[in-house]
Amino acid sequence: MATQPGSVDGNWERPTAFYNRTTKYVVYALITGFVLYSFWNIRVSPDRFLRGLGGGVTLVSNMLPPAATPMQFDLMVQGIVESILMSIIATTLGIVVSAPVAFMAANNLAPRPIYLVGRSIIAVTRSFHELIVAIVMVKAVGFGPLAGVLALAFKTVGFFAKLLSEEIEDIDTGQMDAIEAVGGSRMQVYLYSVLPQIIPRIIGLSIYRLDINLRHSTVVGIVGAGGIGITLLNSFQKYDYQYSSLIILVIVGIVMIGEAASAYARRRVQ
Amino acid sequence: MASKSEFSGADSGAEWERFDTRQRLIRYFLTLGVLVILAAAWRSMDINYGYVASAPNEVMDLLTRMYPPNVIYTSEIVGPLLETINISILGTALAIVMALPVAFLSASNTTPNRWTYLFGKFIVSFTRSVNVIIWALIFVVLFGPGALAGVLAIAVRSVGFTAKLLGEAIEEIDRGPVEAISATGASTFQMFIYGIIPQIKPAFISVATFRWDINVRASTIIGFVGAGGIGVALQTNINYFKWDAVLTILIAILGIVLVSEGISAYLRGKVS
Amino acid sequence: MLHVKDVEKVYDSGDRALKGLSMDVSGNEIVSIIGPSGAGKSTLIRCINRLTEPTAGEIWLDDTEITGLSGSQLRETRRDMGMIHQEFNLVERLTVMENVLSGRLGYMSTWDAFRRNFDSEDIATAREVLRRVGLEGVENDRADELSGGQRQRVGIARAVIQRPKILLVDEPTSALDPETSVEVMDLLTEIAREDDIPVLINIHEVDLATEYADRVVGLSDGELVFEGAADELDERAQDIIYRGGESRAERDAAKAERTQHAGE
Ligand SMILES: Nc1ncnc2c1ncn2[C@@H]1O[C@H](COP(=O)(O)OP(=O)(O)OP(=O)(O)O)[C@@H](O)[C@H]1O
Ligand SMILES: [Mg+2]
Repeated sequence: MATQPGSVDGNWERPTAFYNRTTKYVVYALITGFVLYSFWNIRVSPDRFLRGLGGGVTLVSNMLPPAATPMQFDLMVQGIVESILMSIIATTLGIVVSAPVAFMAANNLAPRPIYLVGRSIIAVTRSFHELIVAIVMVKAVGFGPLAGVLALAFKTVGFFAKLLSEEIEDIDTGQMDAIEAVGGSRMQVYLYSVLPQIIPRIIGLSIYRLDINLRHSTVVGIVGAGGIGITLLNSFQKYDYQYSSLIILVIVGIVMIGEAASAYARRRVQ
Repeated sequence: MASKSEFSGADSGAEWERFDTRQRLIRYFLTLGVLVILAAAWRSMDINYGYVASAPNEVMDLLTRMYPPNVIYTSEIVGPLLETINISILGTALAIVMALPVAFLSASNTTPNRWTYLFGKFIVSFTRSVNVIIWALIFVVLFGPGALAGVLAIAVRSVGFTAKLLGEAIEEIDRGPVEAISATGASTFQMFIYGIIPQIKPAFISVATFRWDINVRASTIIGFVGAGGIGVALQTNINYFKWDAVLTILIAILGIVLVSEGISAYLRGKVS
Repeated sequence: MLHVKDVEKVYDSGDRALKGLSMDVSGNEIVSIIGPSGAGKSTLIRCINRLTEPTAGEIWLDDTEITGLSGSQLRETRRDMGMIHQEFNLVERLTVMENVLSGRLGYMSTWDAFRRNFDSEDIATAREVLRRVGLEGVENDRADELSGGQRQRVGIARAVIQRPKILLVDEPTSALDPETSVEVMDLLTEIAREDDIPVLINIHEVDLATEYADRVVGLSDGELVFEGAADELDERAQDIIYRGGESRAERDAAKAERTQHAGE
């Protein structure tokens, strides 16, 4: 198998997703540069970093074992219960409000201007982190679980209306035509053809969202919007790290149980 | 089993029913149960109805006080916004670095033994179950207020998610090509570069960009507990009731979130 | 050349896939291994380059005893054995060129491999090999864009560019349609002749085995039960390999009797 050198091209370059190699390296260099710039920009001194690591050992030893006085324990239970209740109410409220938004944002049902309004509502509610919404709600309606419920419900609207509107866009329009053909009104069309098609999905999504809201309800208290979060924040501010670690463990436990229960319930529904 | 409900219509003769009696009862009680729980939940929350009644007004009032946004203030938030993006990028980068070994531990086909596997799974579920703001609280205690605590909080919170998805991608690897590469006499590391990396690269890029998108949102709020970013400015302005500046910040956040979402979706679309 | 002596393989599951098997391959002969499913054909091929570790016995390639080699020695010896796989085993997301050139990895430093910095002589050879297997011009296509037949040609190119002393081939055609199978077998044997190397090939179809092989080895239940020139593989020999010595006529008769009894 003789290959004379020079008779066949000995050069080959891997085709890249970029236009050519230079562009590729420029893009890589830009990314690297930006990361380095980011690093420089937050001004981490190695000294501070090392002290933090040392502090980690102290903190962990201060956190162990997790503990609480009987009074603190009661407070924690109250907070947890409040979080769970908040998540249930917020999920329900959010779903109720999201239904009209979902129909607005379904391009096969809504006229163009309404569709755009619906989509914007979804985009805005989805873009803000639940804690941002919560901190604003606290100022609007005062400290306490109401602010948390409103914040979680607000986030639920964005999540739910988006998925639901996609679901509506996928539905079989043949059935709608059938009902309209026998003389049904628009409302009847929604009730008898659209709703039955999407109900199983709605239940599944509700359970899923309940799980998410439960997670969030444990932290919105950090900005004063009710639930266990405020108790956790206070324990940190009082350097009562044994109590903090207990609360964190309980939160982790609740979140894990919620996740498992939600997964189980969704499997049962489908 | 499945045929039971299908044929139940035969018993009820000519009358058509959507559900049989037992199913109806179950549905009825489930609905009732949900309503009872809701009512009980609402009652036991001790909500001040004065607040509830005035809530719509308060929110409207807030909105009118916000509008128009404070345009001049824009120049002051450029720095915090950049810091927010920096935190999200560094946090994601650090998360990936930490997630890679965890991913290989938590993938059943690459983990050395059962204990390492369980250890990997533990890290995955623990880091995922603690909210980013709680991680931020912890890291502020350790490293003091500032962006460093934010970067670490975001990184640690993202490890589980990233490692989980990467681990799943690793578990789906086709062994055939990997074997074929080692059969040519390649070293373990070469086998890794040619056999394994190309197979997990698409998942890697989409997980990284997806997580970055999530982290941009997260890095807007860790400032509430002092961990840097735009959240610090947002909280300050809210506390001083400077609502026009608050709206400016909210618009800016909306902007970077939408842009990062677009970039992330574009990048994920490119790899396939 | 290749000398297999008393090789045994007992899998962790307890399966005794090879029960002390000996055979030789030399010169530039094409030896095909036939046998029923589960006979141990794949296990034998994979023991030779130690993708599967044999549990006992010796395997010699020229003067090297393979079963005793350490990691780096094994890698060096693997460079001399080209392998072609049933499911092609290409890295789907890499280009055809990279798949072919991965046959040279054993000769490259890790750093060069990492940077995809291939020797220009290797690149030239890769183009030449691609031409020989009839795949000119597709070097920049990704492997997952090719048809089954084309993929197996890339698989052959990857083995050939190693400049191996022997080709180990495990059912190269069972994922291909009959027409493509013949093309691939033609190509494979032609290349082996040109490069003057022996081929050890597992084949399911007896027709293909007798058509292309110089010599046939019959395996049954981990044991070598037939060895001879391709034209010696008569009806009797096939009975031994596939039906444990029972002739087809005998077996049909026995079967008929059994069903008759069952019917009563
Ligand atoms: N990885 C493995 N673990 C356990 N047992 C195995 C393994 N691979 C093969 N075996 C067993 O070893 C025996 C021989 O298998 P082998 O794959 O070598 O047969 P084969 O002749 O190639 O069959 P086929 O024609 O189906 O490819 C079979 O009984 C099989 O079940
Ligand atoms: Mg086989």
